[in-house]
Amino acid sequence: MHELSIAMSIVDLAREEAELRGAPGVDVVYLKLGPLSGVVKEALLFSYEIACQQTMLEGSKLLIEEVPIIANCPVCRERRYVQSMQSLCCAECGSPTPEILEGRELMVTALELRR
Amino acid sequence: MNPEPRLVEVRKNVLKQNDVLARALRERFREAGVLAVSLVSSPGSGKTAFLEKTLTLLHARYKVAALVGDLATENDAARLARSQAPVKQILTGTVCHLEAAMVQNALDGWDLNNLDFLFIENVGNLVCPSSYDLGEDLRFVLLSVTEGEDKPLKYPTIFNSADTAIITKSDLAAAVEFDEAAARRNIQAVRPGMEIFKLSAKTGEGMPAVLEYLEGRRAYSRRESVRFAT
Repeated sequence: MHELSIAMSIVDLAREEAELRGAPGVDVVYLKLGPLSGVVKEALLFSYEIACQQTMLEGSKLLIEEVPIIANCPVCRERRYVQSMQSLCCAECGSPTPEILEGRELMVTALELRR
Repeated sequence: MNPEPRLVEVRKNVLKQNDVLARALRERFREAGVLAVSLVSSPGSGKTAFLEKTLTLLHARYKVAALVGDLATENDAARLARSQAPVKQILTGTVCHLEAAMVQNALDGWDLNNLDFLFIENVGNLVCPSSYDLGEDLRFVLLSVTEGEDKPLKYPTIFNSADTAIITKSDLAAAVEFDEAAARRNIQAVRPGMEIFKLSAKTGEGMPAVLEYLEGRRAYSRRESVRFAT
């Protein structure tokens, strides 16, 4: 369970960005989360509330956009969805897809700042 | 002065601090010509036994060292010290994984130019270490025959984050009716094309192949390092 330390990193990052822009607080943090990031959404949401306590993010919301795994299919020669994390194969043709293009994201994409 | 817009785009990786440190470490390893190899697995898969054997065998011909992450005890470092290689324990306290900063701190005072191989044993945990880049050149994920063939399917992220899989405790395979074909199939399902080694640190079976692989990888990264330097 490392989601608390991840949540604290999110809070730190958001606070830095808010301070940089002279905002007194943050209302919403937008996060992009890939299945291969190793972070569990529910655990992260739970930890986030704790991490926000007594910071300028207290009471803020974490909006998580879960993004799919996308791989380069060596047979289709296209960007393709994969079947699942347990079966990293092209969803179209079933070929194994060693080259993962997306799906490891753990990224703060935007903030809604308090004025 | 115009007020800042309320919605601002950021696009920053949450673990950017760790990633920056990991990149710097990787660069240091490359410049020093040392191959850094990390080990991840569940507790009890045989990371320390594998490492002790590997250090002992490599020690004859190479300069090797190890960092060992553990929550609380220093038993592993004591075990590994029997190999004669320099070993440093990283006590993580309640933290369930190693981070690049811990590796950086542990390397303080070590001259990497004096090393050929650096091994980094992560905390026994198949979940959390997958998120953290340690700057290693190679990540080994270990799976012991006593754990069940479906471990890769249960923990796909850590297997996917690793470069090479090691099936350990092969001397017990028959006793626990280990289905090797299924294990290999499952590893390939979560990490297509992954190289797999099977060995027993106890009997030494399968060790030569891993050593040869490590030596090959080191020679390769040395050549790359020379190529980049010139």
